[in-house]
Amino acid sequence: MAKTEKQKQEPLFHIVKRIIGIPTWQAWLIRIASVAAALLVCAVVTVMLTGENPLNVYKTMIEGAIGTERRIWNLMQNVAMLLCVSLAVTPAFRMRFWNIGAEGQVLIGGLATASCMILLGNRLPTPLLFVVMFAASLIAGAVWGLIPAFFKAQWNTNETLFTLMMNYIAIQIVSYFSYIWSNPKGSGAIGVINLNTQVGWLPTIGSQKYLLNILVVAALTVFMFIYLRFSKHGYEIAVVGESENTARYIGINVRRVIIRTMLFSGALCGLAGLLLVSGTDHTISRATAGGRGFTAIMVSWLAKFNPLYMILTSFILVFLQKGASEISTQFGLNDAFSEIITGIIIFFIIGSEFFINYSIRFRESKKGVQAK
Amino acid sequence: MIIAFIQRAIMQGIPLLFGSTGEIITEKSGNLNLGIPGVMYVGGICGVIGSFMYEQKATRFVPFLAVLIPLLCCLLGSLVMGLIYSVLTATLRANQNVTGLALTTFGVGFGNFFGGSLIKLVKSDMPSVVLTRTSNCFKATLPFADKLGAVGKLLFSYSALAYFAVIIALITAYLFKHTRVGLHLRAVGENPATADAAGISVTRYKYLATIIGSMIAGLGGLYYVMDYANGVWSNDGFGDRGWLAIALVIFAIWKPDFGIIGSFLFGGLFIVHNYIPNLTMSDQEIFKMTPYVVTILVLVFVSLRNRRENQPPASLGLPYFREER
Repeated sequence: MAKTEKQKQEPLFHIVKRIIGIPTWQAWLIRIASVAAALLVCAVVTVMLTGENPLNVYKTMIEGAIGTERRIWNLMQNVAMLLCVSLAVTPAFRMRFWNIGAEGQVLIGGLATASCMILLGNRLPTPLLFVVMFAASLIAGAVWGLIPAFFKAQWNTNETLFTLMMNYIAIQIVSYFSYIWSNPKGSGAIGVINLNTQVGWLPTIGSQKYLLNILVVAALTVFMFIYLRFSKHGYEIAVVGESENTARYIGINVRRVIIRTMLFSGALCGLAGLLLVSGTDHTISRATAGGRGFTAIMVSWLAKFNPLYMILTSFILVFLQKGASEISTQFGLNDAFSEIITGIIIFFIIGSEFFINYSIRFRESKKGVQAK
Repeated sequence: MIIAFIQRAIMQGIPLLFGSTGEIITEKSGNLNLGIPGVMYVGGICGVIGSFMYEQKATRFVPFLAVLIPLLCCLLGSLVMGLIYSVLTATLRANQNVTGLALTTFGVGFGNFFGGSLIKLVKSDMPSVVLTRTSNCFKATLPFADKLGAVGKLLFSYSALAYFAVIIALITAYLFKHTRVGLHLRAVGENPATADAAGISVTRYKYLATIIGSMIAGLGGLYYVMDYANGVWSNDGFGDRGWLAIALVIFAIWKPDFGIIGSFLFGGLFIVHNYIPNLTMSDQEIFKMTPYVVTILVLVFVSLRNRRENQPPASLGLPYFREER
């Protein structure tokens, strides 16, 4: 479409990759403009559907996201969880390993946690139980990440499709155990685990039950930033991502880096599962990961794989989701509305990257009429 | 019972066949459209919206229009989805995985939202979205099917859309193998730079393949709602079938004619737990895992054998930028 060539004539415009890149402030200007445009489109859509004054709609959104103290904590918890999964998938993405199996890795980590809580809850002293839970969730997530990584490293099996399939295997395994351990029997759902004893629940700091989760993720963010930016591992990941041949040439063992990074990535997803099961829901179901494995990919990519920017992008996405779900409750609409809004925003942001990375040069007309 | 099983399996398989044929066409152009699940939701719901409007507004119910309107709405909806994907990936060179996942988020949300709010939005007094009249038109079968016994049930008892799915798959297979268009399309997916040098418009092929692929996949959603679900829209009713369609692409090793057999097989695997006696609820969940496990095995096997004609298109998932060679 962009290149409609006419015979013997230079095309009207052509696209050039920016080699030097544009100044940071301009790049951010483009991004902010794209978000603004997306919000405008969302507002038009919302107004068309609800018939409300747009300002009211935005007010409802903001109130829905941060209206009360409870909502703010809820928002922070959700941001932390999404951020945790995003951080987990990032090392693999930097290596250009398209791990879209975070959903499954989180679930399997969560399942490992839940099984420890159910099976060992009354048998082990609490500190030991936490150690076992922690180890089990990390190992489970890591194994789920290792399987596709091994085949990728060994036989170059397509990892995008492999990890995608692993999600559904994890979901079915969780479903299976939901029936095995269902409470009450036969309901197909594991109720709150250890409701009375609270064994295996992550401790609460003060009166805020989510604070520990948030602190863990905050620490993880800093760690990941340092790991990717300043460690030897981070450097190797970046080189493998840029070019496997270069990596081989300078003596990096590509297979080892792929497997090590996916082990790490999967283990962190397992940790997210632990935080979700033991620190948040105290139960597990097919919906525990809640699509975060997929949203995390967008968060990570939108932030250009920079852990610090990810705080911002995951905040934006969660804020929109919470706000949009408030709109749907207020106006009696289906709560899938938030997914539509999220979709529109992401379309705009990923579209805007083009204008940051490429510039459009118009044909210079002989009459001296300069196109803009 | 076996005949009933095969019949149900084929009906289960048809939406997957639409989805996978569409995705194969898309992937052959080098675009890995992970938005197919979303596209199928949108296709389904657009058909529902169209026929809901028609059933509400029409004073006289004409079966021909009752089929045509949802069909066109479905095609239009999935066309727009394909267009969004193409603009973002082919023209704006966005990352295909991210775009596809965003498209799925959007499409599933779109389907569930309108499915859940349609009645309220058009201020109708119907209790739920049930389109029995339209569904009956879609389900019209050949009149002599019942008289032929088992053969009739196995071969002739399906609706027109089901046969259409098989025909599309066969035509696509023929196009890939025996025509110039198919050759060009494959060239674009294997090595866009070479195709470009040979004078093939990479962008045009990517656009067309993605959009046509989306439209075919969208029909899968329509078939599911109108035929399989008897015109009843239920949120998330379509489930993970979109991902299963993508799995089927791998299973069929990017060959639409294999996809026909594969879709029936997947359909069978999807429902086989209903036909095995004495299964507990938990065991059923294990059975539902089989299509995905089989897909992984195929994926691994294909990469182990490493035969050239069974590989994914070489540039699958990669953006093409002419000036970056």
